Amino acid sequence: MIVHLRFFASLRERLRHSEADRQLSEGASVGDLWAALCADYPELKGLGSSMTFAVNREYVKPDHVLAPNDEVALIPPVSGGMDVPDRFPAD
Amino acid sequence: MYQIVSQPIDVAAVTSAVADPGSGATVTFIGTTRDRNDGRRVLRLEYEAYTEMALAEMRKIGEAAQRQWPIERVAMVHRIGVVPLGEASVVIAVSAGHRHAAFEACHFAIDRLKEVVPIWKKEHFEGGEIWIGSQTGSPRRPAPKSTA
Repeated sequence: MIVHLRFFASLRERLRHSEADRQLSEGASVGDLWAALCADYPELKGLGSSMTFAVNREYVKPDHVLAPNDEVALIPPVSGGMDVPDRFPAD
Repeated sequence: MYQIVSQPIDVAAVTSAVADPGSGATVTFIGTTRDRNDGRRVLRLEYEAYTEMALAEMRKIGEAAQRQWPIERVAMVHRIGVVPLGEASVVIAVSAGHRHAAFEACHFAIDRLKEVVPIWKKEHFEGGEIWIGSQTGSPRRPAPKSTA
């Protein structure tokens, strides 16, 4: 299945893209997506503990299962700290 | 009223947007670009938003404030792009029958906006630039319990 990724701020600069489409297996979770991205982009390593995720504009936990054509936003920290669904444990 | 704009914020318009005959008090918060931060001399700030989600989250904050305090209306406007020193990056106005609720709700709204709304701030300072975020080390704040 295809999911549509959105990147912002420090992550957008690091990856030099603001969006990308990604092929994933059916049933893949946000956590699986993150692992796949880290494998492709070593520069992401270490960011997992501060990254949060949104699917179709709602915050989700890493175990959220993705569906075809979901829009997945990788959300680097915003100022003031965040009280949103659990981040990944520190790498 | 919930908006993300690229031009200077019309503060009076945000305050007017919450005018209501049932209101006896209006509290307006204005966040502005400060010329120093963490020992650095700031030249300007630059904001980037996940606009569609930011607007949705702003609206949710307004609705949460409505549930938790006896207020009339909420308006929030955030500016994106470059915000020069002294200019407003965010304006939140809340009207209520009485001032206690207006102050409390406005305080909640700006604190919560900074926690959950997907808008990022890049600080351009003398000597470089930095995205403000994880390095601030702010503790996570629990959402306030409903007072309803």
